[in-house]
Parts: sequence; structure tokens; C-alpha cells
Amino acid sequence: MTVHMKQDEPVTDNRLDTMHQGVIGKPLSRLDGLAKVTGTAPYAAEYPLENCLEGVLVTAKITKGTVTHIDVDAALGRDGVVAVIDDPKLAARAAQGTAGEAPAQPARSVGYWGQPIALIVAETFEQARDASKHLGVEYVKENGAPLDPDTVAAELQDGATRQGDLAHAMTRAAHSVDATYTTQGHASAAMEPHAAIAHWDGEKLTVYASLQMLNYNIAELADALDLDEDRIRLVSRYVGGGFGSKLGISEDIISASVAAMELGRPVRVVMSRQHVFQTIMRRSETTQRLRLAADNSGKLIGFGHQARVSNLPGESFAEPVLQSSEFLYGGENRLLELEVARIHRVTAGSVRAPGEAVGMPALEAAMDILAEKTGIDPVELRLRNIPHKHPANGTPFSSHKLAECLTQGARAFGWDEGPRQPLQRREGEWWIGTGVASAARVHNVNEAKARVTLRPDGTAVVESDMTDIGTGTYTIAAQIAAEMLGLPIDRVLVDLGDTAHPRGPGSGGSWGASSVGSAIYLACKGLRGKLADMLGADEESLVLEGGRTSDGTPIGDLVRGEGWSIEGHYTPGKNAENWTVAGFGAFFAQVRVNRFTGETRVDRMLGAFGFGRVLNAKTARSQCLGGMTWSIGLALTEALMFDPTDGHLVNCDLAEYHVPVHRDVPDCEVLLVEERDPVASPIQAKGIGELGMCGGAAAIGNAIYNASGARIHAYPMTPERILGAMPE
Amino acid sequence: MKSFDFQRAEGLDHAARLTVPDTAMPIAGGTNLLDLMKLQVETPETLVDINPLGMAAIEDHGTGLRLGALATNTATAVHPRVRSDYPVLSRAILAGASQQLRNKATNGGNLCQRTRCYYFTNIDQPCNKREPGSGCGARQGIAHLHAILGTSDQCIATYPGDMAVALSALDACVEIASPGGNGRNVPIRDFHCLAGDTPWRDNVLEEGEIITAITLPAPVRGRQIYRKVRERSSYAFALVSVAAIVDIDEGIITRADLAFGGLAHKPWHDPAIGDMLLGQAPNYALFDRAADALLAGARGYGENDFKIPLARRTLAAVLAQATGVEL
Amino acid sequence: MAEKITVNGVQHDVPADPRTSLLDFLRYHLQLTGTKKGCDHGQCGACTVLVNGVRINSCLTLAAMHPGDSVTTIEGLGTPDHPSPLQRAFVDHDGFQCGYCTPGQICSATALIQEIALDWPSDASEDLEGRIAATDEEIRERMSGNLCRCGAYNNIIVAIRETVDAVAEEDRDA
Repeated sequence: MTVHMKQDEPVTDNRLDTMHQGVIGKPLSRLDGLAKVTGTAPYAAEYPLENCLEGVLVTAKITKGTVTHIDVDAALGRDGVVAVIDDPKLAARAAQGTAGEAPAQPARSVGYWGQPIALIVAETFEQARDASKHLGVEYVKENGAPLDPDTVAAELQDGATRQGDLAHAMTRAAHSVDATYTTQGHASAAMEPHAAIAHWDGEKLTVYASLQMLNYNIAELADALDLDEDRIRLVSRYVGGGFGSKLGISEDIISASVAAMELGRPVRVVMSRQHVFQTIMRRSETTQRLRLAADNSGKLIGFGHQARVSNLPGESFAEPVLQSSEFLYGGENRLLELEVARIHRVTAGSVRAPGEAVGMPALEAAMDILAEKTGIDPVELRLRNIPHKHPANGTPFSSHKLAECLTQGARAFGWDEGPRQPLQRREGEWWIGTGVASAARVHNVNEAKARVTLRPDGTAVVESDMTDIGTGTYTIAAQIAAEMLGLPIDRVLVDLGDTAHPRGPGSGGSWGASSVGSAIYLACKGLRGKLADMLGADEESLVLEGGRTSDGTPIGDLVRGEGWSIEGHYTPGKNAENWTVAGFGAFFAQVRVNRFTGETRVDRMLGAFGFGRVLNAKTARSQCLGGMTWSIGLALTEALMFDPTDGHLVNCDLAEYHVPVHRDVPDCEVLLVEERDPVASPIQAKGIGELGMCGGAAAIGNAIYNASGARIHAYPMTPERILGAMPE
Repeated sequence: MKSFDFQRAEGLDHAARLTVPDTAMPIAGGTNLLDLMKLQVETPETLVDINPLGMAAIEDHGTGLRLGALATNTATAVHPRVRSDYPVLSRAILAGASQQLRNKATNGGNLCQRTRCYYFTNIDQPCNKREPGSGCGARQGIAHLHAILGTSDQCIATYPGDMAVALSALDACVEIASPGGNGRNVPIRDFHCLAGDTPWRDNVLEEGEIITAITLPAPVRGRQIYRKVRERSSYAFALVSVAAIVDIDEGIITRADLAFGGLAHKPWHDPAIGDMLLGQAPNYALFDRAADALLAGARGYGENDFKIPLARRTLAAVLAQATGVEL
Repeated sequence: MAEKITVNGVQHDVPADPRTSLLDFLRYHLQLTGTKKGCDHGQCGACTVLVNGVRINSCLTLAAMHPGDSVTTIEGLGTPDHPSPLQRAFVDHDGFQCGYCTPGQICSATALIQEIALDWPSDASEDLEGRIAATDEEIRERMSGNLCRCGAYNNIIVAIRETVDAVAEEDRDA
């Protein structure tokens, strides 16, 4: 039995609030916590399969061209080498998120330096890795592949906003800002490198992999291998971080699968850290022009945001830099345009909060300049520019907590105490200052299925191929089911990350919890209906708590047979057309900038966020902390560097690509400004995972200016850039 | 990793004999060598584990101190006499790497660590240091980390370490055992080489030679500071670092032993900088002249131009701190 | 007779291929997959284990260099039924998200408590000599060799802080 819902309307009954178990929203510890802290949770590469071979990818040493010959015989002569896989099915790139089809093939066609071209398979990892360094490969090179996103012609993307006359608004504005910002590329750098173990039994392929979206990935792998989906099983029970990099299937998975099918033995492929950097998605660098035209009161009359990003030829993904600029602030004269330069660097794709992660820091830096020009406090300036409806398409906001986040955040942070002029506070070598920025991130939901089984022993099982990439899905899934069915949390088992289960929404775009949560909610509603039928009661008035009905009957006693299984099936409806749905928030940061060296440390940071219902206050807060930590990296340390001659990623390891370390991250405070968003999902929850980094870097950058007087138009704000901009 | 023959040294002579062929290498902590072997930047056919040799003692040496080559970085940094008499050395070690790495890395190995140049560690890119005659990828490419002092057309790599910068300021000496039972002592300031026309050569060690110890001279009076500027607050290599031992007597600088990291193919020591400071009353104009002396021959390669002002300003910060000049 | 290496109290033969890192020995030979490979080059700390009580990166040492040594991995610190105080504190304070860096963080923190008790200074220490106070800044610096990309640093510090304070209290009471 399936309970369907296509959500065309707001859902205002807030059913989760009417239940009695009292676990929804509570700061419960993760149900998978003990497995993770004791090292007993299995990640992709950690399933013990007998007779398993080890594969290591071989990558291209040219930027563009074709592999014409691979010296397989010489490789097979090396110690332990079993095979060289150079099948046309091997992928040249990883799949983009939600592609649902194979990524670019064959691997022999080279489009960027470092692209996988073959797989060496050997008895041991050391043998395979050694042989991978010595594979003889001949190429036909194509010279002149464009590498520089700033000099190649760019393609304008569809969907530009052109309203009124921005140029005219700029000339008649009392105050205006026209500033260009750059951001460098970023890497997801999930701690678990991409890995897969493939096992072919002659009929069916089982792949243990590190993936975010099994619901799409199974179709991608099926397409890549030309194999029916029902002959593939993907398992991703634990995923060591994704941040966009594991949205689509990657070269490790396809090559391990091809090898296992060809050799009849299990094959494990674990990418080296360098290969992950060089062959998985990068976040595109951006160049962004911001134009803000304001009247005397600081109200925007014109808003311009134009951005240039890059990607390989043939890739559909373009970093959606303008996503939140579309609706965050008013201004009747609007121009928003995004263009893509086609260059031959590794594929650009989703890295945590694609679009807003880099668009918001540029916009919010420009807003800081506008605040200074108008003489209006930056918090007040933002409050004055919150629109009542979408400024271009006119749709209403489903809920909107920006004002609350700004004002509550300012109060909690002590914003009003700080001088708003730069170079006012000094402690020894350090200038100290504060900054603010708004947060905004579009909310999405996705089709989702989940099965909930209520068993006669009074336990329930939740099953979906949805993944938990560290977001806390196991725990919130259990909380929703426990709340709806009136069960203690330890009577709910959650089984995720296996395509043997119903298709979930996948983890990405911050839509996981609200989408799969809605499917679980629907299934549980169905189960409540069955329980109500047994009692001759009506579902809505059914009171379930502590595993019992209101008259004390154990819930399991009402269940017949081996148990009742109901599938919840949630589909987004017309809400997306009729409403503007987004999460909002505000960041406040205090930094210190060394007046000699330009080194910057974040002293403290606060984020206030409104994203609908909080399903688990502990894991929700952790998601926000994670986003704020990424904001620090984006503001200060993270930058991909590409060689100008062949386009290869130069700093392709964790020593030279600087993700923040413990010491970079101070105490961060999180305010959860809770609300119910009836449009966002039937459980009134919105996305959380990305909002925490949509603008945070600007709070830090604006604080750098407030501290040191260095107005910088490039992220990250390294000592080099700060020294270059600091007044003497 | 390329396959190798693994041997354990039974004594210094044995180790020296085993490592004479240029296809053999000694391994101590292994934190840099294994990193490079996995990348096949280093491909020894014989790997000689010298840990059985002991050489881990830290002991008084006249009025100075002798640091065993196989003493770990941690053991050195936390040794009571290092902390009290040579704090610049403790500070430099603690500013480098992570606790896990310092627990394994040895003093001798630390001196031998190789550059972090991205083109050196990527065997599919040109690098005169790794593959003589193949060219310098960094000069045409990304020279962010690279040297501004004493560079050559062949190579603009930097020596990446911190410990040796402090040792240079301290005027330490490297004790080396040579094959055949001979030994020699090389001042740390002469131990590392400039790239010149032989960029593959990081230091003066000859085949079969093994570092046995580092000796520190008698402690001197003065304020000791190690200042490291990096792109995150910990666990990153230096953009610029300064090791300083500075003493003041009645308002006049009476000692100024300075060494610099992140600027050159070796820890940079130039006696002209100290000479300029000695006998002078500290002030910012003086610090600026000292920086002029340091940077007289400096040359940027685009991406690393910022190191020139950064070195100047870091030196000023260190000298101000050391002499108590108002910030 | 083959040389032996002790892991979590059990003796094992040192592997035949000397190229085998201690990390791969643990993960591939002994199936002790709690110790993680995040970078294989000493740049992330996910592979941190204790060798004779000292924390090191197991990726940057050869198993063949450890005959006679005693290795403790995350599996040796506690189990789901009997977690160590730090393991328990990490769960209580949500000191992880994806969990992949977590065993390394916990092994590191286990050693850190001892290092502070020994008054080993760090880059964050005001004074090199004397007692070391376990301030948040000290803990952050000492944990900086363990990257966490999910950004659980705040919660990790709270978990360690709680455990350090509990140990200090026990010492006081003892």
C-alpha cells in the first residue's frame, strides 16, 4: 500500500505538533553515533569481500586529445598486475547531480589534464598503485584548448532577469555601488575519498560506494554500463561527507564495475586524494559585477548582479551564482545575468551551496559598501530592503525570517556596541572589527519514497535508499516515525543507503530531510489510519504515546500478520510556481587583522537562521556550525589554483588546499529562529545544510574592513590580499 | 610505491655502506620520505631503516646541547633545556606540522625534508629538481609558495621547514658520519644549498653520509622569537618565517641573530642584517633599513611578489616585539 | 620466525611486502577499518593511531618499521557497548557529522589529554615552561592535525573539554 501526496497547496495542519511522543525537534544524539565513534560503521571501501582485487586509476598527462595506444602488455608484466581496464564504458568525468544518465564517455577522449583514462587492477594496492605510475600511454594531442576563464568568450545562460532600466537608476541614485568581485575555485574535499567495491555474481552487480543520491546514481550506472537497473544494487550506508562531490557517479564506481564484470572477482577502487581533487567536481571561480542604486533613505531602486563562471564544454551545470539575488532585496530596476566560459579544467559542479556560497558573499560585500556610503547601519540597511514579495515574478514568500534573524542576531551578538568606522579598535598588533551579512538559500524539495513497517513487537522499520552523509538523516527519520507512531525512539530502526529499498530524494540541495521526512510522514499517516481502523477511531484523534494507545493497549498488539508496511510517496507540486520559498538568516563576525602581516583570525561568529521546522535541534545546529566553518574557509583560506599552461589543478592535496583547521574556528553561536513553513513541505521543514554558508564569508570580509580598513574585492582574503589593501 | 629492498641498519658503518649507492636511502621517521615515495618522487631500490642505531639522546655537550639525529621533533621541542635555553627552537618545531607528525619526525630527517613545490611533487610536471633538465614548472606556472631570494633560472623552490630556520639563527652545527668511519661537522648555515645550477641538491650530504646529531652552542642572552606567517592558523607551511635572537643593553641592540624561512632554497641567513642592527637604538626606520638589507636582491615571480612586503613587515613585527618598541 | 606487531593487544605477523603502510596493514590485512584513510600523506589526521601510547599518522609509517610495537586503534579504545569517555562525549556533543574523521579525532584527543598532563607546550602556549592550562585555544592548536570537513570543530572541542575536565577532577579527587 502506498500513500501518495502531490503538494500543490500549503499544509497548515502542523500534524507533527499535535502528536504526543514529544521527540520531534528534540536535540537527540545521533542513532548512528556509537557506530561512528567506535569505528564500526562501514564506509564504502570497508566491506570485506573475499578475493578482492585492487584498482588504481591512471590519469591523462595532456589537456585535450585522444588516447591512441595503451601498452597493456608491459603493464601485465609488472608484479601482481591482473588487468588494464580501458573499456569504452569508462567515464571521462563524474556525473553532475541529478543527471540520471551516464557521464561523458569514453575515457579515451581527454578533455582536461588529470582525467582518468584507464584502471590498473592488481592483487594488492601497492602493486596497482606502482603500476599506475608506469603505464605506457600514447596520445594525439590537440593544442590550443582554452584554459583562462577571463579571456575566452562566454555563453549567456537562459533565465536572465531584465526589468526596468538599471543604468538609468544608477545615474539618478542618491547613492550607488558598482563593484566587481572575484572568488576562486573550491573543492568539496570530503574526508572520505571516493571509493567503490564492485561485485558481479554473473547476474547482478552489487556496488558499495560513497554516494549522495542513489535514486539517480543507479540510473547513471545502469546507463554507463548498459545494464538494466534491476540488475544493480548500490549500497551507501555511511558516506564520509559529500558536499556535492558525490551527487553523481564517479570514475571509481564505473571502472570498478567494469573491472569486476570483466574479471569475475570483486574489485575495489579507492581514489587517491590527488585524484579526488583532480577528477571530481570543482566549484567554478567567479567574476561578479554588483550594481546597487539606492535613494536617500537607503532603499534600493536598482539592483544588478552579473556573473561569469566556467565549465568544460558539454557540461550543463553553471554555478547558479544569482539564485538568491533574484529575491533577497528589492529594487524595481533589475539586471541579473549569468554567463559561462568554456575552458578545459576539471569539471565544474556542485560544491556545498552551489551558487549562494559565492554569490551571497559578493552581494553582501557590496551591501556593506552601500551602508557606508549611505551612512546607515548595515543591519538597518538590510532591514529597509526586504521586499514584501518576489521583486521580479511577484510571487509571495512562503515565510520570511530575515528581519527576525537580523534583529535577534544583532542583539545576541552585541552588534550595536561596535564602532562602524574602520581602524577604531586595536589590541597590540591586531585591529579588531565586526561585520554582518544576510543569509539566503532557495528551498527545494524532491520526489521521495520511504517504506515504514510497523511490526507486532511494537517496533517500526523505516526503509529508503536515502543517504545520511553526516546530516543526521538516520536520526530525524527515526524521530518523525517515532513521533507519528507514538513509539519510543529506540523502537524505530532506520535502514538507509540501499537501492533494495524505495527510492528516496537523495542528499543534495538541502532537500533531503524535508523530502524523505515527508515520505516517512505520509507512510506513518497511513499506518495511523490502519491503527485507527482497528480501534474504530478516526486517525486524526488517535493518541499514541510510549508505544501504547490512549487506553494503554500496546500498539504492536493491534498489528496483524507479520506487520504492516506502507510506502509514503511525496511529490512536489505547484508550490514552486506559486510561492518563493527560501531559508533566511544573518551572520555576525568579529575578526582580528594583524597590522603587520595581514593574518586574520575570526574571534567569534554568530548565525541566526530561520528554516522552517527544526527536526532535531542538535543536528540542525551542527549543520549550521558546519556551514559557518565553511564560511571561514571561503573567506580566508580556500582557493584552487590552476596552471596557466596546461590547466592542471596545482594544489591538489590537503596540505596546499587549505580547509580550515581546528584553530581557525572559534566558538560559534547558532540561533535557531524556528517557524513553520506550510509551503516548504508537509512537515513544514526547509533545507538546512547549505544556508549556514550562504553569505557568512561576507560577514568576515566586512569585519576585516571594519577592523583594518582593507576593502577587498576578492575571496579568499589572504594575508597577501589584505596587505595589498590595508591603508598604511 | 615502487618496490624496494628493506634493510635494517646494524650499525653506523653498516648503514653508511648500505646507503652508498645512489639507489639507496636511509629512512628514519619517514614522514616526508614515504609521502614522496607514494608519489614516486622518490624511488629508492633499497630502503635502510636507521632507527635501530639509537642516536635519539638529547644531552649536554660542553656548555651547549647535542640533539640526537633520531630524537623526534617532539622530544626535542619539549626537552627542558631546549625550552629554557633555546626557546626559539622549541617554538619553531611547535609551529610546524601537527603533533602526530612531530611525534614521528626526527631531527635528522627534518633537515632533509624536501620542498613543497607543487611541480616537484607532481611527477607528470616538469621540475629540474626532480628530473634535471625537464624545466621549471613553477616559473611558468603557479609560484605562490616560491622563493624570492637566491633563486636560479633552474629552480625557485623553497626549503619548507621551520626547525632549521631556528637552528640557523642559533648557529647550530650538523654532525655527519661519513662512510669509512670518518665524520665531519657542517655549520647549519652551510648545510643547505642554493639551487644554482644543481637544483637536485638540497644539502651537502654525500652518498653514504648520515646525520648523527645537531649540536647547539652555549646559550646566549637575549629574547628569542619564532614568528611564522601562514595561510591558516595551524598545520600549514610558512609563507614567511623569522627566527630571531635579539638582545638589548641600555637601549642599544647588542645581539641580532636572524634567520628566515619561506624565502629561499635554504634557511636564509645574512650577517649584513645583524650588522646593520648592532649598536643601534631600535626604531621602525632601523627595522626598515634591516629589511632593505634582507631584500636587496629579492625578486618576485608574479604569484609570490607579495612575499617581499610580507617579509619586510614580518621582520618589523619581530624586531618590535624583540626590542619592546611600541607597536 | 616472523616478526610480530601487537594491535589492540593481539599479536600479528608483520606483512611480507615492506611497502605496506601501517594504515593499510590495519585496514586491509587486519580488517580494522575504524582507522581511516583520508589523504594517505599525513595531511588530514584521519589515520591517527597510538603506537606505544604516542599518536602518529599511520599512513606515513611502514608496518615493517614497527616489530615489537604496540598499536592501539579506535577499536581498541572502546566498543559500542563499552565506549571510552571520549567516545561517549563525542556522541553526546555531536562531535562529528559524517563520522569519517572521527576515529582519528578521538585517537588524537586521547593522546592530547596525556600530553597536556605532561605539560608539553604547543604553539598556542604562552609559556614554554611550567604547567599547561587546557584552554580551548590549546586544545584547538593540538587538534589542528585532524581535519574535519563537516565542520564539527566546535562540538569536538566541547567533547574534549568535558573529558579533560572530568579527568582533572578525578585526579583532584584521587
